[in-house]
Amino acid sequence: MWPDEVHRELAAGGVRLVGYVPDAGHKRLIELCQADPAMRAIALTTEEEGIGLAAGAWLGGARSVLLMQSSGVGNLVNVLGMVKVCRFPLLMIVTMRGEPGEFNPWQVPMGEAAARVLETMGVAVRQAGEAQTVAAHVRAALRIAYQAQGAEAVLIAQQVIGIKSFQEQSNQ
Amino acid sequence: MAGLGSTAWDITAAGDCDLSFPTWGAMGQAAMIGLGLAAAQPQRRVLVVTGDGEMLMGMGALATIGVQRPANLTVVVIDNERYGETGMQPTHTAHGVDLAAVARACGFRNSKEVRKQSEIASLAEMIHVSHGPNFAAIKVSDEKPPLVLPPHDGVLLKERFRRALLGSSADVLAEKR
Repeated sequence: MWPDEVHRELAAGGVRLVGYVPDAGHKRLIELCQADPAMRAIALTTEEEGIGLAAGAWLGGARSVLLMQSSGVGNLVNVLGMVKVCRFPLLMIVTMRGEPGEFNPWQVPMGEAAARVLETMGVAVRQAGEAQTVAAHVRAALRIAYQAQGAEAVLIAQQVIGIKSFQEQSNQ
Repeated sequence: MAGLGSTAWDITAAGDCDLSFPTWGAMGQAAMIGLGLAAAQPQRRVLVVTGDGEMLMGMGALATIGVQRPANLTVVVIDNERYGETGMQPTHTAHGVDLAAVARACGFRNSKEVRKQSEIASLAEMIHVSHGPNFAAIKVSDEKPPLVLPPHDGVLLKERFRRALLGSSADVLAEKR
């Protein structure tokens, strides 16, 4: 499963702090990170907090990752300015909403805009359209983030997550 | 760590040093930068100094910190009840919002409001010694002392901090692969 592969990449890349705003698509990855004694998973009230967390972690020498869904991208815009102006390394893994299969129309506008919003603020976007490509995108993004002081986001397509209804989500 | 605006000028007036990280933006994130640093460096004491407007914008951070309970983190809000950089408009603390009470309700181990100069010594002791997370709101008058500006280059501020804290390892890639 892709969450297990991504967790292995994060562990191999030395990620110690995992900031997250819960998303059904990230459920297993969050649980894997919580169960890993070398990682500390930190629940956030809003995605913005994950940018401050990642910046502070890097000032202290620690690598981190931020997990969120695409609606959270809209909460990041202004604080991404700090990432750009300070060239903080940043790795984000974003599960997409608002794509084909979405049951909630209110998710569509931010889902459609997420990649462009990230790119507008200087974040490189990698689209993982299939489950078997997610881990390779995360490996590449992690490497660029911490070797080249870059801001990187891996967007995981909704068809990879595969949640289409409230009923399916509540059964998870 | 200092929040943008007056508190960044304040920590610079008190003596700029490589282990200061004054922000010029990212309003609302000062306390979270402190949490990230405190988590990465559990053996060091971390102090966030920020303003009431900056803290109000990121008040959820108090809940996140309260849940994480970092023993080495203190957040101090210099509370003049005004947005000092934008025309001294009143913030919500001018209307009774009590940030020390919010921090206490969020699970900070110690939280207090400071109104007298004579209370500063015990505040300093809390910052240096007390098992955190600690919070203090220092109520101050809304005067505008001369500005003392820190460096504004973000890369410089980041790199000088990392080198001062991490030494030569700050510039070395820790690549496991």
